[in-house]
Formats: sequence, C-alpha cells, structure tokens
Amino acid sequence: MSDYEAVIGLEIHIELNTQSKMFCDCEVAFAGEPNTRTCEVCLGMPGSLPVTNEKAIQYIAKLGLALNCEIANFTQFHRKNYFYPDMPKDYQISQFDLPVAGKGYLDIESDTGEFKRIGITRAHIEEDTGKMLHISRTGRIHGADYSLVDFNRAGTPLAEVVTEPDIRNPDDARIFMQSLRNIALHLGISDVNMEEGSLRVDANVSLRKVGQKELGTKTEVKNMNSFRALKRALDFEIARHTKLLEAGERVVQETRHWDDAGGKTTSLRSKEEAHDYRYFPEPDLVPLTLKPSYIEEIRATLPELPEARRKRFEDQYSLVPHDARVLSFEKAVGDFFEESAKDYKNYKSLVNWIMGEFSYHLNNQGLAIDECALTPKHLVQLLKMIDDNTISGKIAKEVFDEMFNTGKLPSVIVEEKGLTQITDQSEIEKVVDMVLEENPQAVTDLKEGKDRALGFLVGQVMRLTKGKASPELVNKLLWEKIKQ
Amino acid sequence: MKLNQLTIKELHKKLKAKEISPFEVATDVLSHVDGVEEDIHAYVSLNNNLLDDSKNVTEIDNPLAGIPIAVKDNMCTKGVLTTCSSEILYNHLPVYDATVVNKLKRQNYVMVGKTNLDEFAMGSSTENSAFKITRNPWNLETVPGGSSGGSAAAVAADMCIAALGSDTGGSIRQPASLCGVVGMKPTYGLVSRYGLVAFASSLDQIGPITKDVTDCAISLQAIAGHDNKDSTSLGVNTPDYRQALSAEVKGLKIGLIEELMVEGIQKEVKELTDHGLNLLEKMGASVGPVSLPHLEYALSAYYIIAPAEASSNLARFDSVRYGLREEAEDMVDTYKKTRAKGFGDEVKRRIMLGTYALSAGYYDAYYGQAQKVRTLIIDDFKKAFEKYDVLVSPTSPTTAFKIGEKATDPLQMYLSDICTIPVNLAGLPAISIPCGVDDKGLPVGFQIIGKHLDESTVIKAAYALEQEIGFKEKPKLLKRD
Repeated sequence: MSDYEAVIGLEIHIELNTQSKMFCDCEVAFAGEPNTRTCEVCLGMPGSLPVTNEKAIQYIAKLGLALNCEIANFTQFHRKNYFYPDMPKDYQISQFDLPVAGKGYLDIESDTGEFKRIGITRAHIEEDTGKMLHISRTGRIHGADYSLVDFNRAGTPLAEVVTEPDIRNPDDARIFMQSLRNIALHLGISDVNMEEGSLRVDANVSLRKVGQKELGTKTEVKNMNSFRALKRALDFEIARHTKLLEAGERVVQETRHWDDAGGKTTSLRSKEEAHDYRYFPEPDLVPLTLKPSYIEEIRATLPELPEARRKRFEDQYSLVPHDARVLSFEKAVGDFFEESAKDYKNYKSLVNWIMGEFSYHLNNQGLAIDECALTPKHLVQLLKMIDDNTISGKIAKEVFDEMFNTGKLPSVIVEEKGLTQITDQSEIEKVVDMVLEENPQAVTDLKEGKDRALGFLVGQVMRLTKGKASPELVNKLLWEKIKQ
Repeated sequence: MKLNQLTIKELHKKLKAKEISPFEVATDVLSHVDGVEEDIHAYVSLNNNLLDDSKNVTEIDNPLAGIPIAVKDNMCTKGVLTTCSSEILYNHLPVYDATVVNKLKRQNYVMVGKTNLDEFAMGSSTENSAFKITRNPWNLETVPGGSSGGSAAAVAADMCIAALGSDTGGSIRQPASLCGVVGMKPTYGLVSRYGLVAFASSLDQIGPITKDVTDCAISLQAIAGHDNKDSTSLGVNTPDYRQALSAEVKGLKIGLIEELMVEGIQKEVKELTDHGLNLLEKMGASVGPVSLPHLEYALSAYYIIAPAEASSNLARFDSVRYGLREEAEDMVDTYKKTRAKGFGDEVKRRIMLGTYALSAGYYDAYYGQAQKVRTLIIDDFKKAFEKYDVLVSPTSPTTAFKIGEKATDPLQMYLSDICTIPVNLAGLPAISIPCGVDDKGLPVGFQIIGKHLDESTVIKAAYALEQEIGFKEKPKLLKRD
C-alpha cells in the first residue's frame, strides 16, 4: 500500500435533450447532415441575439434539486471569452458567480457496500460548442492539413456539474458518474451517452500523504470517453503522481490528455498557458429571478430518483436489498421490472430472470435493456408458461434465447417449434420403458446406489422427447419402474 | 420644391391624397443623391432597386409607406451588404433582416441605401470608416459627427427623408447636432437591437434621425415596441408619440445640468442653450439648475464598459464563418492576420482597452468600478428627475470640427460625447434638436433628456422648442461650382 491517498474532483458536462437549443429555435439532435440545424443565432452571425430557453433552466434546476443543491433565486449568465473555431461567437454564454444550482451532494455506494457523500460545488447551465473534424494523421489539430467545423451541436444546452474533491479512488469516481448518469436518465433531461458525447467528464486529481490536510498539486485529465477510460486514466495518473512523489520529484500543475489506445496521459498545456476567460455579465441577457414558488413547482415535477426507488422496491415487492439496488440502479431496468410486475406476481422469479438470463444476454451483446427486442410482455408470458407447465424451465431458456434474438412472443415460438411439454404419462412411460430396456448397465448401476446413472437415464428420455417431457414426470416414472 | 426636401408628414399627406406617387418621391431623392453623393459620401452602398421598390408601393396605409429612408450600415438587411464600415465585413450579406428593418418593411418604406459610419460605430466623426469620410453638408471641410454621420448627413442634405442611426454614447444625437437635424436615442430596450451589429450591448440603442420633431415621433412609433428576439427589449405598450406633438409646456419643470455647461463648451453653444431655455421659460415652463455630481466620471466609466463589451462582441469576426479571411500558416495566424488587416486603429484600440479592463486581476479595478460609477450616475439622474420632468444640456460641446482636427487625438475626440454619454449609461431617452448656428454658420444642437420610457415628454418639449425657435437654416454647400 502506498503512503499516499488520491484526491479526485470531477467536472461533468451533460447535454440536455430539450427540443430547441439554449438560445435559439434550432432543433437539438445528435449528428445529422453538418450545419443543417443552425441559424443566425447559433452561428454567431453579426447582430443576432440570444433568448434563453426556459425549458433548459427548468432542466438544470431539476438536476440541481436531484443533487440536493440550493437553487438560486437570482441567477445570471456570463460570457466566457476565448477564441476557437467551434465557438461561433468566440465567447461561450455560461455562468460564473451566480449559477442556477449551488452547493449540494450525491450519496454513492462503493463497491465495498459503503455509502459515501460526494459534495457538489455547483451546477450551472451554458451552451455547447460546435464539433471540429481535423483532417490529419492523428485526428488532432496539431499538424492538421485543414479542419472542418459542424455547428449542429453549437448552442445545445449544456449542464456543468462540479464536485468537491471528495472522491478518493477511481472506482468511486466511476460509480459517481454512473449514479449521476442514472439520475439524469430518471429526470429525462439527457441521453447521457458518453460515446455520443452527451455525457463528458474531466477529472482533477492530486495526491497527499495519508492524514495530511493540505491538497497536493493537481493535474486535470481530459478526453475520457467511457467509464472504463475514466477509471484507467485515473489509475494511470495516480500511479504517475505516486512515482514522481516517491522519487522526490514534483507534480507539475497542468492539463493532460488521456490517450485511450496508448493507455497513458500526455501534457496538453501548463498552468501558465491557461486561458484568461475574462468573464463578465452577459449584457444581451437580463438576469433571471427564480421565485421560490417557481422552484417548488419544478420540485413537484421531479420523478422518483434511484435512491427512493430502491427503498420502494424493498417495501412494495419485498425484494432483498441487493436485488432492489440492482433493479433500481438503472432507470430502464427498474421500469422493465415494474412493467412486468404488473402482470406477474412471483417477483422473486421475475427478478431472477431479469438479473440472470436477461442480463447475461444483454451483456453478451452489449445492449441496454431498452435497446433489445424483448419487452415485459415477452418475459411475463414466458414465466407464465413455465408456471402452468406448458414448457419446462430448460425449454424456457431455449425459448428465451429465440425471443431475445427475434422478438417473437414465446407462445409463437413454442407453437412453431412444437415445444409444448409432454405431460401425458402414458406417452412418457413408453419412452421410459424403451430407455430402461436399452440401458441395462445404467439400471444396474442405479440399483447399486450410483445416483449418477439417474441423470444419464433422464437425459436419454429428454433426448428422445426432444426435451419436451416434463422432467418431474420422467423422474417420478423412472424411480417407480426401477423400484419395481 | 423637390420632393426630397419635404418631411415624412408632408409627403405622406400628398401620397395619401395621390397628388404624388412613391416613384416620384424616390426619383427626386435618387437624382439628388446622384448629384451630391460625390461631395457628401453619406452612403456605403445605395439601393440599386430604389425606383422599382417605390413602384411596388401601392397602398399608402402606413405613415412610412413609400417614404425613402436610409439605414445605418450596422443594421442587418437580408441579402444586402452590411459592412459596419469595416474591412472585416467588406463582403457580408446578412441572412436575415434586423427587427427595425422588418418593421419598416411592414410599413412599405423604401430603402435608399446603407449609410456610412465610424467603423463598428466607434467614433464621433465618421472619419473611422474603412471606406470613406463623410462630409458635413453645412461645410464640406468639417465632419458630420459620428458615428451615425452618414445618416445625419444624408438627412441634412435631403439625400433621404429620414434615417435610422444607432447611439451607444451619442452616435445619433451628436451627428444630428453637428448636421442641424433631429436625432433621438430612445430608452434602452424600447427599440429592438436584434440585427444591430453590436458595439456595446448594454448601451446600444437604435433611433431615428429626421428633419423635424414630428417626423421623429412618426419614425419612433414605427420602430418602437417589444421584440421576443431581444431579451433586453422592454415588455411595454408604446404610447402614441404623435399625441405629444402639442407645443404645450406650461408647468413643465426643466433642469439644466450644471456639469455640462462649464469648461470646454464653445461660447455660442452655451449662449444658444441658454437662449433655448429662455424660450421654454417664456412658454410657461419652469427652469432651474440641477447638479449630477458623478457625471465627471461618466466618460471614464464609459470608456471601460463600452470597450469591454466591444472586445467580446467583436471576437466573432474571426474569418471562420463570414467576412474577410487572410489565409495564414495556421489557425492562430489566420485569426491574427485577418483581424490585423480587417480592423482599423480605433477598433483595435478599443478591443485592447476592453480586453485589458476585463483581464484577471484588473476586472474589479476597472470593469467592476465602472459598473459602480454607472449605478451612481443612474441614481444621480433618478434624483434629478424627482424634481424635474426633463433635463437639458448642449448635445455637443462644439459645432462641427474640421476633418482631421481630432483624428490623431483620441482623448479630444472622446470629449465630443461628454454631454451624450451619461444618458446611455443611464439608459434614458434623449433628443437633439437644432437651436441655431454659430458664427461660422454651423448648427448647434440642444439636448433634452427624459425619464425612463418617457419619450412623450421629451418629444413634447422638443416640439414646443422647435416651434418657438423656427430653425429654418439649410446647408448651402451642397454643390461645388
């Protein structure tokens, strides 16, 4: 164990999925034909002026409330000035000392099961930039032959959440991000897709001696495009700091770029090269007054959040804490469970299927629960067919596989493939007799107490009935016949 | 008398009565422009379709229908060159119309052309235009004032019937004063800024430049009103300003701003201001002195706030999406080369001033302090208006000065706006009307400042004084023979 502890703070950007952009009427959407969702405002044409999208203010207030933040009664936009081709006005309308949401917190549950409170410094609203495409070998601007810019994204409402340096290890950072993502999904304010860039994270990391109060010199790490990248980048950075400190060297305060393919960070710019953004109040927008009654109206629209849902799942469906936590963690999973539970009351069985077979298939194909063809109707029908002995549990897995891949209802699959369980005793008896006759050695073994032989015999019966025989019946008949 | 010499009101009456047609009006304007533009240089670009446009005006249902009006070249006109008199926008064709232009279009006006200005409205003489120096029709050796010098000169020289200007620190009133015409800066937020290329967003305001106060009221009526596209636009119903055209000032309480009547004011300007006040007093107004103690800091505060906002507003001229592009080795050099070539000296000076004022470590001492001064000035005006209905002062400390006289001395140039700047800082409405000529025959302007959104009282006082003064002088030097 190292003598150092890591101190991590995160800065997160979330693109909000309002219908129109932050300051104009253009549609908010992902990708599309470049520069088609633009107008004079989001292109920064001379003379154009911004008008605030009220929905975006409501969204950031919702996020603030969900993160237990104080919502400001008086909030204002500032201009953040810097030159870059993806910034139509060469300043970004952002917030400075009067953000919509002030201090708050989010409780996370570590992998160890320990609850930790992560402080939120602030959450504010701003506009997103356009997207650059650098035509070069590396895809980066340095040494590029030329660059293209697409302003479709420019002006998309962007929430920025800043945490206190309360995170102590890369896993907690990842869990914080997953929790925050789930909250945004529950609130319905963003697609929070890291690959599409609607969820982005920068991390500040420093090391200090265990027990020391003062913070060490920090570095800021950018360009982590997945939860895994975040964890890897932080692991790398902590190892790098540790090595420097243990060698008696100093950490240089700077911004570093995470190279996912290379698995390392490289220096992007030093503290001295940092921008002076020359913030000043945006004169084109009047400050906003959010009355307490208005904030309460927004609070009233908040949906149930993961933490509350977990508790309710325990109470309402009598789920064990672990199951309740897993099912409430992701909104879509919880929704799937609840939708299914409306028509199927054996919750334990339901949970087992969702957390077992279903989640195995999803993981295998790298799909989210709401991205596959399977609906609650599918699963409920399948479970009911098991319960009324239409199919066996074993066949059910085969049917599940089929319906997961094709989206066909289980009843259709069973019908098409003739998978209905054989429960006619005389029909099974014929097969059992045949198997016993053909396998005298196994019969002898079984009589001598070698139980393994039973499995073999059952297997033979199932093979001959193509798995459709009711396993209980087969068992029962085999025993009866052998004892005779 | 040629039709271009008439006012909006006079033309409207004749047009409505079908005594004349919009085409005849446009023809007279155009032939006059053709005759004098080479002397005045009021326009950056002329509307080549002026005559055709005038033919398309068939209904005279609005006060501005068929009236040839000039638009300052910092207001966006869809598909029509809008340069801000800057090299950096030498080729800029806006994709949309400014709200004021839309409003004029809805009244079926006809646009004469886009008028010259100090680059990005930064200046007091129109000498800072990248394209041409506009001459004062009263004396071609002198400046027309600025930054709306093209608009003021065009109105003074009958090269249009009325014009739009923009006023950030006096850019409507000062040139109106120097050109002997009427210019009004409305309350900040009364007229939409949408489509006005921003100089200093918290100070900019569009207003009319006209031949008389009546036309001012008519024009203001056409352009005032709330606009959803401008968040700083005030959500108020505009009154009928024409009802203020009653010469009735009995009982009106008028305060003369002491701080604006002292050093540096030209003798005749002072005398004519006093003369105007006497006339108002004779008509039954009560007149008294008023002190606004913080005005001495107004110029300093203005030259922090306006450049600070400008430094940010003008950042977008980076060659990426429109305007001039000077190709260079890389992105940063392209920025540098483009902006070095595209901006003139005064614009660069203000960008540097503003950038400095907003820099880390200086913000509180400069921008923060200037905002505090601004608040003090607003309070000064509020106090003064507890006692008075309108405040008055000269519009400009001097009459038109010689071209080149102050061009190399920015501080002297900045002082030209000493009387007008405080009004922008306070966001108040103010008008300049001609009140006589100095010993060189150059016009002198009289400024009347009103309470927030009280344009009506300003117009009322101005109209009364205009009637009493009966200013009839016209520029004589329209042609070099």
